[in-house]
Amino acid sequence: MSTSFVLNGKRTTLDADPKMPLLWAVREVVGLPGTKFGCGMALCGACTVHLDGQAIRSCVTPLSSVAGRQVTTIEGLQSETAKAVQSAWIELQVPQCGYCQSGQIMSATALLEKNAAPTDADIDAAMSGNICRCATYSRIRAAIHTAAHSIKASA
Amino acid sequence: MTHESLVSRQPARRIFLKRAGAATAIALTIGFDWAGPARRAIAAVASSAGAVFAPNAFLRIGIDDSVTVIAKHLEMGQGAYTGIATIVAEELDADWSRVRVESAPADAKRYANLVFGTMQGTGGSSAMANSWMQLREAGSKARAMLLTAAANNWKVPLAQLTVEKGVVYHSGSKRQATFGSLVRMAASLPVPENVTLKEPRDFKLIGRQASRVDVAAKVDGTAIFTLDMVLPGMLVALIKRPPRFGATVKSFDATAASAIPGMVKVVQVPRGVAVIAKSFWAAKQGREALKVEWDDTDAEKRSSAALMDEYRQLAERPALSARKQGDAAQAIHSASHRVSASYEFPYLAHAPMEPLDAVVKLSADGCEIWAGDQFQTVDQANAAKTAGLDPQQVSIHTLFAGGSFGRRANPGSDYIVEAVSVAKAYGVDGTPIKLQWTREDDLHGGLYRPMYYHKLEAALNDQNELTAWRHVIVGQSIMADTFFAPLMIKDGVDPTSVEGAATIAYAIPNIAVDLSTTKNTVPVLWWRVVGSSHTTFAVEAFIDEVAHAAGADPFAFRRNLLEHEPRMKAVLELAADKAGWSSGPLPKGRGRGIAVAEAFKTYVAQVAEVSVDEAGHVKVDRVVCAVDCGTPINPDIVTAQMEGGIGFGLGAVQHGAITLKDGRIEQDNFNNYRVLRMNEMPKVEVYIVPSTLPPTGVGEPGVAPVGPAVANAIFAATGKRIHVLPFSKGAAA
Repeated sequence: MSTSFVLNGKRTTLDADPKMPLLWAVREVVGLPGTKFGCGMALCGACTVHLDGQAIRSCVTPLSSVAGRQVTTIEGLQSETAKAVQSAWIELQVPQCGYCQSGQIMSATALLEKNAAPTDADIDAAMSGNICRCATYSRIRAAIHTAAHSIKASA
Repeated sequence: MTHESLVSRQPARRIFLKRAGAATAIALTIGFDWAGPARRAIAAVASSAGAVFAPNAFLRIGIDDSVTVIAKHLEMGQGAYTGIATIVAEELDADWSRVRVESAPADAKRYANLVFGTMQGTGGSSAMANSWMQLREAGSKARAMLLTAAANNWKVPLAQLTVEKGVVYHSGSKRQATFGSLVRMAASLPVPENVTLKEPRDFKLIGRQASRVDVAAKVDGTAIFTLDMVLPGMLVALIKRPPRFGATVKSFDATAASAIPGMVKVVQVPRGVAVIAKSFWAAKQGREALKVEWDDTDAEKRSSAALMDEYRQLAERPALSARKQGDAAQAIHSASHRVSASYEFPYLAHAPMEPLDAVVKLSADGCEIWAGDQFQTVDQANAAKTAGLDPQQVSIHTLFAGGSFGRRANPGSDYIVEAVSVAKAYGVDGTPIKLQWTREDDLHGGLYRPMYYHKLEAALNDQNELTAWRHVIVGQSIMADTFFAPLMIKDGVDPTSVEGAATIAYAIPNIAVDLSTTKNTVPVLWWRVVGSSHTTFAVEAFIDEVAHAAGADPFAFRRNLLEHEPRMKAVLELAADKAGWSSGPLPKGRGRGIAVAEAFKTYVAQVAEVSVDEAGHVKVDRVVCAVDCGTPINPDIVTAQMEGGIGFGLGAVQHGAITLKDGRIEQDNFNNYRVLRMNEMPKVEVYIVPSTLPPTGVGEPGVAPVGPAVANAIFAATGKRIHVLPFSKGAAA
């Protein structure tokens, strides 16, 4: 059975089990490895992608549920906000092992696209679903503020 | 493809074939040992990038000016790749923007961890400490050869040359040459016996801020972890393991599993039953459909509570001595003022973000392994034994690890051996197979930080001076029954059970530290900062209780006992000063606590500030950290490791516990094995003691003091001590 959706701006049709989680469809069927597997139960956020602009956990999202919708993975990040987030991540040298960072960046980008000037409490609310075992949290928080400032400055 | 060979005159050379980047060309690099008489630099070349100069096992320079540093250590987040590259590039005077890092193959002769001796591996926060002189010499000797090549070419005295960012200059004749342009000439020169290393004041990269070599790829999703490895025809395997440690397969029924689309094969392996499929999704469904009956005859069937009861009783019985100074028992018995406490620590899982995984390609005459490999030559030997091959028939490609915290460094190579056993049972036909663990497999699968019980007693004299200290530790040994045992376990005492306790730094006239080692089938392993993950808590929480009993300020009490330990005292004072310790107590409902530790020769002190609300909910607001790690090679990485260590340690003391109920692990995933999240991360300030001493490690030591610092802060805020970890279980005590 096939499912059609827009993946990173490209119309995509996958002939795969409609119950297959989007995470594995993107990784193993399409071949985009940037989105990671951490828990399989929407508990850690390593698999975060955007579905119609919202941050979602692809490990519990059946492929069938994205039919006709827009999916963006770390490989497809293009927006000014996303670029600002990635630049801030580099400027503040956020990653350690790096495994969770695709998911962190997807969540941070979705947050900033809705809320251009998040407070620490907003960041806690938006980012507490993304675990980082290296505990790079202080730098993630600082990088989100840095990205928000740089977007504001260039607006 | 061009092929050029600069032939070695060294008869005992060893030749290594290596894939050169993404290109199909093969670059031939030849390594040699540092020891021994002077020899020709050996570099044979042929790659798409052109000629390379490979003066030693750690470095290649291309005619395109690229500098490739070969890392013998795993990059698991701790910054080893950047540290290694910084050391080499410093002495080489390389252009940092042209430096890249490549992982070394498994080879104990060239790539041993010099702290471990003869094995290649990463752990014990030793990557910088053991590489420091080796890599400085490697960089310096290569630099000397490039300079000699330029001097010979220009016919000018060597002493008139300078080097900056990969370019050699002769100011008198206004000539300059990039490293790449000197590669061919340098490759024909003898390797110098002796070189003069830089003075610390001349460092341009060490101690300054170089960007990490791995950050860009970790921000755009292109960094390749084992999870991301794809090889043509690769299959994915999951293993159904017994729910209790020590159980075995009685029988299994693969009928339903085999009917799942995409399933390829179901095979029994020593650890359970493996399902092998064309994709993870098919394998996962196949495993769910697989029916296995287990034989629990030899399985662990007890609960954590029963194990802890046994530990408590053992603490009252005679144990082995790990440290004896004076007569602590007598001094405590006859003291006018005694203090005592016990502390209980649960099993802990490492739970790295990347669940364990390994790709194995096994054929009759060789085995290739791709993994975030932390113990390369141990894994090579264990894989060879499992496959029935010689170790040199096993090659290991070390990839980035998505965290490890010790989990991937295990003497039995559990996940590697499992992957090889699956490939062996599948058919030894060269089919690449990726063994994938899920989070549930990770939390149920063992190799935990052991559970421990600590009992402490102290004596104070009439002047409230600490005169005696007695510490009994009960728990499993990490090294027992491994190849480390004969080397490391002396008189029955596993040093990883007592480090941080037997090595207590405080000046106390009578000290006794005893160890009672327990045995059961729950597999255990070192977990970030190893013994100090529990001993520092016990020592630093208890000394706080003793200070309180003595009516002393906890900082001043510690400092007075550390007059003979200048580095430890200095970090203690620095942390206290930066935290504003002398400004007096915090307002009601808040508290400040302090702790200090030495781990892997690095000194760390931390001051924690907490708020406790009326419901008893604890929020850690701020942690001030002072660290002395010798020369800070990359100060920002030192800071990052302290920040990360604090977060890692804090998650463990607040929430972390793996528990058994009738032998079954009660935790499954991050819902009931809680780790620190963004909303719980305190503000962290890190202060690095300036130093030109040789570097020590930073990956682990930051974890040690945070637990007791926070526990002591909770006492300051509430008057309640914590004796049972994690806090969520012990706070009411």
